[in-house]
Amino acid sequence: MKTFEELIALKEEIIAGEAPDEIKIMVGMATCGISAGAKPVMQALKDCVEEKGLSKVKVKQTGCIGVCRLEPMFEIFEPGGRRTTYVDMTPEKAVEVVEEHLIKHHIIERYTIGAYD
Amino acid sequence: MENKHSILEMDYIERQERIALKNCGLIDPERIEEYIRYEGYQALAKAILKLGPEGVIEEIEASGLRGRGGAGFPTGRKWRSGYLAKGGEKFIICNADEGDPGAFMDRSILEGDPHSVIEAMTIAGYAIGASKGFIYVRAEYPIAVKRLQIAIDQAHGMGFLGRDIFGSGFEFDIELRLGAGAFVCGEAKALIASIEGKRGMPTPKPPRTNDKGLWGKPTILNNVETFANVPPIIRKGSGWYAGIGSEKSKGTKVFALGGKINRTGLVEIPIGTPLREVIYDIGGGIPDNKKFKAVQTGGPSGGCIPKEHLDVKIDYESLQEIGSMMGSGGMIVMDEDNCMVDIARFFLEFSVEESCGKCTPCREGTKKMLSILDKIASGEGVMEDLDYLQSLGNVIKETSLCGLGKTAPNPVLSTLKYFRDEYEAHVKDKTCPAGVCQALLEYYITEKCIGCGACKRVCPVNCISGEKKQLHTIDPVACIRCGACQEACPVDAIIKR
Repeated sequence: MKTFEELIALKEEIIAGEAPDEIKIMVGMATCGISAGAKPVMQALKDCVEEKGLSKVKVKQTGCIGVCRLEPMFEIFEPGGRRTTYVDMTPEKAVEVVEEHLIKHHIIERYTIGAYD
Repeated sequence: MENKHSILEMDYIERQERIALKNCGLIDPERIEEYIRYEGYQALAKAILKLGPEGVIEEIEASGLRGRGGAGFPTGRKWRSGYLAKGGEKFIICNADEGDPGAFMDRSILEGDPHSVIEAMTIAGYAIGASKGFIYVRAEYPIAVKRLQIAIDQAHGMGFLGRDIFGSGFEFDIELRLGAGAFVCGEAKALIASIEGKRGMPTPKPPRTNDKGLWGKPTILNNVETFANVPPIIRKGSGWYAGIGSEKSKGTKVFALGGKINRTGLVEIPIGTPLREVIYDIGGGIPDNKKFKAVQTGGPSGGCIPKEHLDVKIDYESLQEIGSMMGSGGMIVMDEDNCMVDIARFFLEFSVEESCGKCTPCREGTKKMLSILDKIASGEGVMEDLDYLQSLGNVIKETSLCGLGKTAPNPVLSTLKYFRDEYEAHVKDKTCPAGVCQALLEYYITEKCIGCGACKRVCPVNCISGEKKQLHTIDPVACIRCGACQEACPVDAIIKR
């Protein structure tokens, strides 16, 4: 890495590498999230996504977004910019979200951040 | 009404301005690609390929960035002194020894966006001419430690650390040093002593660490959050940053909201935001319809701010004027159920335990203050004690060696100033208005008593008397105020008063 252009090219390459129909699930995995039970939630998401064969869905970890009281939480980023924040999750609720939100395309209102705050 | 589904739609998020926390909760901190995707390492490229060391320092100076560890020293001025310092070898240190009770701003940045700190330290190294950096991080932050090490290794792999960065011949490397959790090691000189393998204790200033720091070499030490602000400043320009915040203090500050507040968590607000907005509009106010009593900022070094000052704008100077301080960012809210004597005692006890013992005012003085507070809380206090606390506190502030001692009396002095009536109630009336100080409480059985005898059976000192199905009474002299009777009572007939 020697020039600015090289860095920008790398950035563009990273963006281009993302499939346009990719759905990202970002799970809060900072100390606050993990201590509230984020690890089993993340595992449940991964298992369920694999089991249902949802190849477009990527489950990833991220840091603390600041609302530690609502952990464990995760956010679903969809093509077109829709962002949904699910809070106070359990492995069971996470599976429900995969089935309802990602397969049947229904937001589960009662689990979203708007229903809590 | 349509429900809000995304965190971005929440009013309390819209009121915030995320610069230091911009990537936290958005990117995978263990993948450098995600950092690069969101403009990562562009600031380093710009610093080296476009600005040059002086250009970087000018940008930081013009941005108005000040130390986010609490003291608020202008970062640009610090970097310039490092740049001007003579001597071949120089060092950059990141102070990640976050120790205030209830504070976790730095941990969140390290866990959520470690590359931002690494990029900033490399920029700082380039600006002052250092080739080595250390991150002094608490061993109690294992996730932060793990992600920092991953980030360092990845940055090496991509050539953002190591030799000949961006083809400039500039070389920089970062190592982690784990702190064992001593509060005083957050103090610059004690921290440096600890890295050197010595006992973590402060030494007198001057010399300042800018001239003689780690192993006697010029050393620039900044806090995690200060560093996290650097890449956006370099990337977007000082003018952009200087446009955020108040007149004297630019940019944003991250606070950890805790205590008696509905929305506990991390917030990042433009400096100069009124305290009321943070507590009510962002924090959601006090739970259970209780009354706000005070907010403590700055941890054991800070003070308690009463409701009269809720409209104060949060910046370094304004908070200091009312006897508190910005501090590293802990913000603990108290309601009517908190006793201010007890709160002062809690924070002072922390300082007593964490005092390194090197200078007498801090070692002996804070201990003496604590014993007076104990006396007041147990109902043995006299009015002269309050004046004594005041004068002793002032002496400790003026004569202690380092920041720990210089600020340790603040929780006591600020509560004495704003909540003197509570102290007087403890001393004159021998009561604790908030019902916290055990020794001043009396357990009392009200008319609701059904005479079941449940309290009598659990009382460890047999001080409850009464016939079956008759009103029972507690002997206040024999009572040890353990509260067992209150818990046992099936009809809530026992009260504290």
